[in-house]
Amino acid sequence: MTDTPFDWMAAANKKAKGKRPEYFDDPEDERMLSILMAVVGEVSVLRERMDTVERLLDAKGTISRDDIESYAPDKQAAYERGAMIREYIYRVMRGPHQMVQELEQVEPPVEEISQELKEI
Amino acid sequence: MTKITPQDQKLDVAPPYNAVARHGVSPQPSHDEIARFDFLANFNKFLSGALGPGNKQAYDKRVLPGFEKEHGREPQDRFEIRHAMNEDPFHTFWSALKRNSMEMRQQNGRAMVLRQIDELNAKARQFNEGRDTLELHPEIDVPRYQSAVDIHCMPGSYHGEELAGDISAGANYDCGIFATTAGGLGALSDGGGQALVEWIKKERPGWEPRRVLDIGTTVGHNIVPLALAFPNCEFIAIDTAAPILRYAHARAQSLGATNIKFIQANAEDLSRWDDGAFDWVQTTMFLHETSGKALPKIITEGYRVLADNGLMLHLEQPEYSDAMPLFEQFLRDWDAFNNNEPFWSSMHALDMKTVMTDAGFDREELFESGVRAVVDREIFLEAPTGEDEDHGRAAYWHAYGAWKNADQMQEAAE
Repeated sequence: MTDTPFDWMAAANKKAKGKRPEYFDDPEDERMLSILMAVVGEVSVLRERMDTVERLLDAKGTISRDDIESYAPDKQAAYERGAMIREYIYRVMRGPHQMVQELEQVEPPVEEISQELKEI
Repeated sequence: MTKITPQDQKLDVAPPYNAVARHGVSPQPSHDEIARFDFLANFNKFLSGALGPGNKQAYDKRVLPGFEKEHGREPQDRFEIRHAMNEDPFHTFWSALKRNSMEMRQQNGRAMVLRQIDELNAKARQFNEGRDTLELHPEIDVPRYQSAVDIHCMPGSYHGEELAGDISAGANYDCGIFATTAGGLGALSDGGGQALVEWIKKERPGWEPRRVLDIGTTVGHNIVPLALAFPNCEFIAIDTAAPILRYAHARAQSLGATNIKFIQANAEDLSRWDDGAFDWVQTTMFLHETSGKALPKIITEGYRVLADNGLMLHLEQPEYSDAMPLFEQFLRDWDAFNNNEPFWSSMHALDMKTVMTDAGFDREELFESGVRAVVDREIFLEAPTGEDEDHGRAAYWHAYGAWKNADQMQEAAE
């Protein structure tokens, strides 16, 4: 045993044993996506917290930190918050989502259309 | 102010993490920890529902034609599809997002558990100390199939400890299942166990097993509902990992399942139990975390300790039969190579019927069935199957089972 206090923040970041698959050609892209996705998650957390504050203020007019920590949405609020997170995810994930649509409908380059329009 | 939220409740959104039930050793989540899991639960739905179908599009529109052009034939197996798909920009991006979601789930779960680990350990001690229903055996080695990689990208796996004697592995495993399955397993993540109760009550009304063995119990999710349903039955739940058993025992005790004895043991060697010692031998989503040689040993030992007229039942994801399209096999294999489940692919290609007959069952004794998680549908939506399914994580299982020598027993009785 050492006297060093347990650093839970560092421990939470422990890497799982097993080589991580490489998804991109450039390893820096792996790291950039991991940072970006963590930020995407944290923005969602901030939005949910803001929603909690707004709902509590609507209901009570004044609130404490304890009110926020102990807040539990009723069924309607839970659904609305789920829809809020879903809407947020669709907004930030527009790029990959549009990749699916590109796969469904392969389109010619606009340059080709430009040529076509010149002729008609 | 206009409301932007539709009122018809038709959108497929994950239930809130607040709906997770608390038991005696649950970590207490802060507001923002709840919000992190809320995000991940909905993000996982987006990955499987909105983006997932892009994989098939990419395969049909460019990966398969490219493969056929290069090789002059179709892919022969799921591995060839995987290698080809791993070159596709859509599939790699989708995989990278999904891998990040898994890693975030682990980080978020561990951060919540580890910041309160002293309190959690203290709570567990109250349920564990001096109880003869928890039996740990440090001489039990962690098998290679449990130590080669950290399963599910779960840092430290089931056997890891951050502080000596802690329960962090179990608490982290337990708290994040909700996010990974978007609530598909219910408030206590025990939809599998609830399904077993419903199944057996329908299959054998009035049957009262005397003794049940649960192999690879992990945190006891699937055995606690059975133990509560059969309060007069003795349950033995084994696992090779002590940290997960400490948590499982405390969790079960706090939920009132005091008829389960949690024992650190390796199911490849059940010699401490006599032949025919159990009326029911159960595994639930466990066999894919073993290995090619361990699995048949476990089934053989399970057969030996099973009494005549006793039930052996395994819940798993569906096996990769010849009837399953290769592309679906490839999708179901994602976790094997991207979420540290190294035996998953080989296990699902095994013919379990042959494994079970090799262990001693007659082919006529075997049966197969589908089992869907039983959860509170007021709160938890049914997990999608089909194109929107989160393959490998859907709350729907394939059951492989057998009643040992049931025919002979019946004939003898007649």
